[in-house]
Amino acid sequence: MIKTVVIVATVLICIFGIIGFPTSVDGLKKNVARRIHLGLDLKGGSHLVLQVQVQDAAKTTADQTIEQLREETRTRNIAVNGFDRNDPETLQDTDSIQVNIHGVDPTKAQVFRNLATEKFPDWILTPVNTSDYRMNMKPSALLDLKRNTVTQSIETIDRRVNALGLTEPTVQAHGDPATQSEILVELPGEGDPQHVKEIIGATAQLKIVEVKNEGPWKSKEEALSAKGGILPLNTELREYVSAGGGGGWYLISRTPVITGQDMRTARAATDPDSPGRWETSFTLSQDGARRFEKFTGSNIGNRLAVVLDAQIRSVATIQSAISDQGRINGLASDQEAQDLSLVLRTGALPAGIKYLQERTIGASLGDDSIRDGILSGIAGLIAVIVAMLVYYRKAGLNAVLALLLNTILLMAALCYFGATLTLPGIAGIILTVGMAVDSNVLIFERIREELRSGKSIPAAVDAGFGKAWWTIVDTHVTTIVSCLFLFLFGTGPVRGFAVTLVIGLLANVFTAVFVSKVIFDWELSRRRQVTALSI
Amino acid sequence: MELFKKTNFDFLGHKWPFIIASLVLSVAGLLSLAVKGGPKYGIEFKGGMIMTVKFAQPPDIEKIRGALTRALPSPPSVQSFDSSNEIEIEVGLDPVAAQKDPNAGLDRSKQIVLDTLAATYGRPGSGKLDLNNASAGQVSARIADPLQRAGVQLSQQQVDLLAADIISWRDQHGGLITKIDDLRNVPGLTSQVLSVLNQESYVAPYTAARNIEMVGPKVGADLRQQAITATLLALAGMLVYIWFRFEWIYGVGAVIAVFHDTIITIGLFSILNKEISLTVIAALLTLVGYSMNDTIVIFDRIRENLHLNRREPLGEVINRSVNQTLSRTIMTSGLTFLAVIALFLFGGPVLHGFSLALVIGIIIGTYSSVFVASPIVLFWHDWADKRKKTVPEASASALRQGPAKPALPRSSVKVVK
Repeated sequence: MIKTVVIVATVLICIFGIIGFPTSVDGLKKNVARRIHLGLDLKGGSHLVLQVQVQDAAKTTADQTIEQLREETRTRNIAVNGFDRNDPETLQDTDSIQVNIHGVDPTKAQVFRNLATEKFPDWILTPVNTSDYRMNMKPSALLDLKRNTVTQSIETIDRRVNALGLTEPTVQAHGDPATQSEILVELPGEGDPQHVKEIIGATAQLKIVEVKNEGPWKSKEEALSAKGGILPLNTELREYVSAGGGGGWYLISRTPVITGQDMRTARAATDPDSPGRWETSFTLSQDGARRFEKFTGSNIGNRLAVVLDAQIRSVATIQSAISDQGRINGLASDQEAQDLSLVLRTGALPAGIKYLQERTIGASLGDDSIRDGILSGIAGLIAVIVAMLVYYRKAGLNAVLALLLNTILLMAALCYFGATLTLPGIAGIILTVGMAVDSNVLIFERIREELRSGKSIPAAVDAGFGKAWWTIVDTHVTTIVSCLFLFLFGTGPVRGFAVTLVIGLLANVFTAVFVSKVIFDWELSRRRQVTALSI
Repeated sequence: MELFKKTNFDFLGHKWPFIIASLVLSVAGLLSLAVKGGPKYGIEFKGGMIMTVKFAQPPDIEKIRGALTRALPSPPSVQSFDSSNEIEIEVGLDPVAAQKDPNAGLDRSKQIVLDTLAATYGRPGSGKLDLNNASAGQVSARIADPLQRAGVQLSQQQVDLLAADIISWRDQHGGLITKIDDLRNVPGLTSQVLSVLNQESYVAPYTAARNIEMVGPKVGADLRQQAITATLLALAGMLVYIWFRFEWIYGVGAVIAVFHDTIITIGLFSILNKEISLTVIAALLTLVGYSMNDTIVIFDRIRENLHLNRREPLGEVINRSVNQTLSRTIMTSGLTFLAVIALFLFGGPVLHGFSLALVIGIIIGTYSSVFVASPIVLFWHDWADKRKKTVPEASASALRQGPAKPALPRSSVKVVK
């Protein structure tokens, strides 16, 4: 009796989990659609895997360190010839980031060393010779840097994607946690992945930098030869891309006065200076505004450049101290100005982005997959049910009930956990159904054997279930063990398979062993004299 | 109904033809793999760009291939699916460009393919929007102003909704609109809107919005590595569990059997020139689970029979166990096979590789439990027995006859234990 209550309650909870309390057929459809999360391969959408170029963040950190070193050595009166850093090009080279300090006054060596250990705990100082030093980042600091860069990138991308007003986008870390530098972006439904890609990928590394009092030159080569082939320390050459032609190459400081992180708001507007063009104006945060005011106040007459993604977008001479306003003008379209203000508003990415993988599944293909999948699933299920009923007669009905209940339990578990159903997940369901059929077959064959050996019907049923039990445990535990490994070491699709399979197997132990036995017992207890068993 | 009441086939006596068949299949598969330089990986594993294009009528593959070969830097692979008007266009990675920025090359390939398709089948010169290859956003942007000019009073929001309805109507009808007038069935679409649509857009006889996939080279290698590691660890986990529950040789037998199934399936895929995609990997995992399940059922029976009668030779015990479980084996395999065949026949192109792997896997997985896993256990025990026998003569039979024979010295019994 208690067992029956347990079974009925489980079924009700499961059915509620899948369909809720629908009041109409339409409501039922809606509830099911809301509760069963379909993966992108089934409902259509875009799937992007991108890689954060962490080395960019390492370079930025090194630049900031150089600036701090310059400041600190100046206040402590340590004469230094100059600073520079290496330029790690790929993600794998991130760890090699290094700051070089040239020509430190040998008499101040001790003071310099103390300064380095006190003020720069994230770095290890190594003397190269009596006056030159190099600084390398500590492994723990590097790890923090990587983690922070990726987390920050995820937050920024999340803000950007959400600002586009798409439905239920997901942005999350992806891949091997040890070397994690990948981000997964999923955008369900029909959209324009190309546009989204541009928005996400816009590094929008905005900086406002000092222009050195030379140039501009017509070409990079000309600029280089004017400087004798060697650029002064901590400077770089960048091209000014002007909308109305003109431009040229400028020598600018590598250390920014203002970066994208100092941005508070940004908005698009028409460009008052050139009709038909657009601009994006921005406001700086309090802290950024203070720094900007200090810098512009002491550099009146000098030039500033607004650099966006390694291209100079505007150059201006400082007329007076500016505190918190700026603009990037000469943009070609409303769309461009809107996009730029969006990425400025949502913050710059701390590092560049590379796309590793992109997949766009049309909603129509998803629909077809679901239709084909459901159709073939139902065809298969009917074939299995008919075969079971023919072969095992009434006991087959028992198995069919257990099988259906198993499927309901599995779907309900997926709904309650908020798991996503994908094609590999369907593979897991198919294996579950196979093993559920197998459990029933095992038990029935065993009961038949026991009957043949001359046992009474109730005794044969008991023995059949009892002996098949350990076989079922062994097959299920083995598969669950393998799923554990697949889940721990596999990636997305392999994991989806493992999760569905484990849930299905647990449900199967309940339905094939427990529920099926209760039905048998009920059938036997109904009749006073059990003379035949339909199996 | 009962098909196999009391069978008594001598399975192990006839094991050789099957073992030889297994060896032939494995070697053929491995040879095919060796000749072709490894499995034919799907796009997820090797990188590149793939696009599924659906046509209204059966397309002229040669014409498309020709046009694409002229436009692309490296020749693409263009394949059709038998049952549908769909083709798959695949462009491999450009190894030189991939070194610098893998995505740039992929994006360019994608654009070239889209442009070539539009030039061959569409009307890019007409300045009209192709509804079959447009997103809701594009449709809405395109018709908003003309609608207003035509005097249709709709807010921007309503236009967006209308565009979304048009696109979802298209997607519910297989992704292809045959003629714009069919859109009459979209709720809220008046004849005025229809005339604006006719004036601003057209329908090309194909849609490329089915499936576009681009994979960089690193992801492919990583994914391959991870799938292999996870599977090997899963196999090791199973081996340990079976060792714990049975004997180590049973674990080895079971793992070799599933390994054998996987190798043969991958080999057959190579011979049939089918791709190993991520969904095929899921199918391989399924068949590993399936075959393992089958093997354990037989092992369980062997263990039970060994407990019942310790004196029977192992070979006979195995034979009897296989016979006892035969009915179950045939039933389960048959039923699962039914389900998988349904998937293979009606599952559509997306599930084709997946269900093919399962169809092959279920056949091989079933027979490997009987003819691979069990013989391994028997071979090992025979070999171990022989080795023991050489120490004291006839000691094994001494054990079988039990301690009732006092003629034998005690020490020899001990050695056996």
